[in-house]
Amino acid sequence: MSLIYNDDQVQLQDSAHDFLAARSPVSVQRALRDAGSQQGFEPQVWQGMVEMGWSAVAFAEEQGGLDFGFAGFAPVFEQIGRHLSASPLLSSVVLCGSLIERLGNVQQQETLLPGLISGEQRYALAIDEGARHQPQRCDAVAIKDSDGYRLNGRKRWVSDGVGADGWLVVARLENGQRGVFLLPNNVHGIQVASRSMIDSRNTAELIMDNVCVPVSAMLDAGDTEAVLDWALDRGRACLAAEMLGMCEVVFEMTLEYLKTRVQFDAPIGSFQALQHRAARLYVQVQLARSAVMAAFECLDRDSCTPQQRRRLVSLAKWKANQAAQLISNEAVQMHGGIGVTDEFDLGLYLKRIRIAQAQLGHSELHVSRYAEARLQVQ
Amino acid sequence: MSELETFRAETAAWLEANCPASMRTPMPSDEMVWGGQTLEFKNDDQRLWFERMRDKGWFCPDWPVEYGGGGLDAKQQGILTNQMRRLRCRPPQINLGIWMLGPVLLEYGSEEQKQRFLPPMARGEVRWCQGFSEPNAGSDLASLRTSAVLDGDDYIVNGTKIWTSYGNKSDWMYALVRTGPMVPKQQGISLIVLDMKSPGISVAPIDLISGKSSFCQVFFDNVRVPKSQLIGEPNDGWKLGKALLQHERRAMSKFSESALPTHFDLDEYLQRALPEPTTFEEVALHQRAVACMMDEEAYSLTNRRMADSMGARQDASGLMAISKLVHTEQEREKFELLLELLGNEALGWEGDGFASRDLELTGSWLMSFAQVIAGGSSEVQLNVIAKRVLGLPESK
Ligand SMILES: Cc1cc2nc3c(=O)[nH]c(=O)nc-3n(C[C@H](O)[C@H](O)[C@H](O)COP(=O)(O)OP(=O)(O)OC[C@H]3O[C@@H](n4cnc5c(N)ncnc54)[C@H](O)[C@@H]3O)c2cc1C
Repeated sequence: MSLIYNDDQVQLQDSAHDFLAARSPVSVQRALRDAGSQQGFEPQVWQGMVEMGWSAVAFAEEQGGLDFGFAGFAPVFEQIGRHLSASPLLSSVVLCGSLIERLGNVQQQETLLPGLISGEQRYALAIDEGARHQPQRCDAVAIKDSDGYRLNGRKRWVSDGVGADGWLVVARLENGQRGVFLLPNNVHGIQVASRSMIDSRNTAELIMDNVCVPVSAMLDAGDTEAVLDWALDRGRACLAAEMLGMCEVVFEMTLEYLKTRVQFDAPIGSFQALQHRAARLYVQVQLARSAVMAAFECLDRDSCTPQQRRRLVSLAKWKANQAAQLISNEAVQMHGGIGVTDEFDLGLYLKRIRIAQAQLGHSELHVSRYAEARLQVQ
Repeated sequence: MSELETFRAETAAWLEANCPASMRTPMPSDEMVWGGQTLEFKNDDQRLWFERMRDKGWFCPDWPVEYGGGGLDAKQQGILTNQMRRLRCRPPQINLGIWMLGPVLLEYGSEEQKQRFLPPMARGEVRWCQGFSEPNAGSDLASLRTSAVLDGDDYIVNGTKIWTSYGNKSDWMYALVRTGPMVPKQQGISLIVLDMKSPGISVAPIDLISGKSSFCQVFFDNVRVPKSQLIGEPNDGWKLGKALLQHERRAMSKFSESALPTHFDLDEYLQRALPEPTTFEEVALHQRAVACMMDEEAYSLTNRRMADSMGARQDASGLMAISKLVHTEQEREKFELLLELLGNEALGWEGDGFASRDLELTGSWLMSFAQVIAGGSSEVQLNVIAKRVLGLPESK
């Protein structure tokens, strides 16, 4: 039970850093954007991540995983954030992988997990419908008929949904409960549209018009609501770690600029007005790091109750949101004109940060979740 | 089980067995126990907890046993802190000597000084106050002017100290005095310790906005202080003073969680005042209060992380540097929210019609303004973070 990385995590961090610095520097992301890639990530980089074992980190050995524990993702996602590296690790492995692992029956696990872990297949989670992430909201429906289920509805902001081998779609059943369905990418009746977002990554909109799937497409070997909540929390923690990594890099860039940019015959970092603001950014990074570490510590521990998990994960995502927003804004401001040029990498981080803030929950959602989780404890 | 795990288990068991239940509740400010010659207890549990911790050497767990400490290493100390926090044990006493002067004596004091001052300190027998600030030397402490001039075997001290917390209730003072020239001003300063009963000392309490009077102005009129009471080398006191202030920042942030002397739990008040927020006004206030609690939790996790880093012998200086700033600013923000939650109930000054606990809250709110100034104001903390932690250049 510790809020600092253990030796194994440090090793993972170092190897992630070396790999991403060599294979996925920010220039790779920029080139993808300039080429107008809808896939939004570099397949060789993704393949490299798989070879590094990242897609297997959190799975048990009998499932083909490394059994490292979920905490292995903390240093990995932090490094991913630092390098602004795009990949389906979050969408396919963390979110869909977790759902399949806990909600899939043995047969579904056996058919889906090996391909997911080996990177040969990738899946995307289709849950959001409104403009904001509201995890309970679900108007898409799945009606049971003699052959199986018929799905209708629209799913938006599906990360890495373009070109996925399949989608895990959340839809409402006739009894009012929700179900999770695996739709293969060759299914009839689905329209996939790419949405070009500010972070230039892969975002899709799915329109389901009488999509028919067999009963066996439903993942229902567990308590769907509880597992969804848990899987989304795993995703949120990873996203918070990614944001922490981005915060640190953006802060370091800013600090460097404060030390080197000269105006009025002095480095601008000697001006107290800027020093104090920089010191406050440092404080925010530190608070965010503690919250992120606590969320992973909880997710990695069996004794952590769902309430504790909700509380700590929402704390981490909220704090990462707050810190990232402040730091990205201040960073642009303290860079002056260069901060608003496309040539400078800062803008790429700013844009990714705003997407990450919205993804899996804005701050207000997490404040509410935190409040609810605290009430449940008493 | 590893040695540390054994230690953790034993510590937890010892605390459970020896910390009375009433000493594991949040501590109202009037229930703080101050060590010293005029030691007072409000009840038997306080006395028991004080005596047991004292006898265990855990007033100063990391000091060597020969000076009355507990002889714990950094990891064990971290475990003890965490276990006390987990069990919500109150600090058995508040003692500036132990928290601030002690570590400096251990590092810079002569053997004779250590033998003379540390063991009584470790038994909680002496109450210490800090004589640093002067009317014209606050944040810019090095411009202090209280003089100490050598006369035979004594220094003769003249001048005045201000904002001396509990100067009227303390037995001894550690003070920064000028033994050398003003230029450069840092180089003529020495650290001395003196008995507050010495002839020539007079103390005048100063009323605070909270209505309390916890600090004083102290006047020195030809006070004789034996030169054996100068710590370290003459004119080398600035370095010691700075070390002392670092310990002060740590001590101030030690008052965290249940150990906080002015503990008012925002969560508890929120549930009382707004059990089910419905109007926009209530929802907005609720939202702000929850965000404040979240920041408090992020801070307390940061303390845990700091203890973990120190236990692993990693550099925790950055976390130490932000601690006082974050904690005192969060406290002020929390009290501002409590004031809004309680409305006019929290704006009473005294007398009938107000719950005494609410009056205490009002006083604590006013004291929270003092905390962001005392021990180095927030601005000074930000300067320190900017320069020492972030390495930003000096301003011209
Ligand atoms: C409750 C309390 C208890 C105290 N207890 C003790 C005690 O026991 N012993 C003791 O010796 N002293 C004590 N003090 C004094 C305390 O250390 C000083 O008040 C503090 O150092 C500030 O000094 P000052 O009050 O003279 O304010 P000033 O230094 O005059 O500061 C005025 C304002 O200017 C700002 N400022 C000053 N310098 C800078 C700078 N370089 N950059 C930016 N802003 C700056 C400050 O932040 C502040 O906002 C206590 C104070 C309080 C409030």
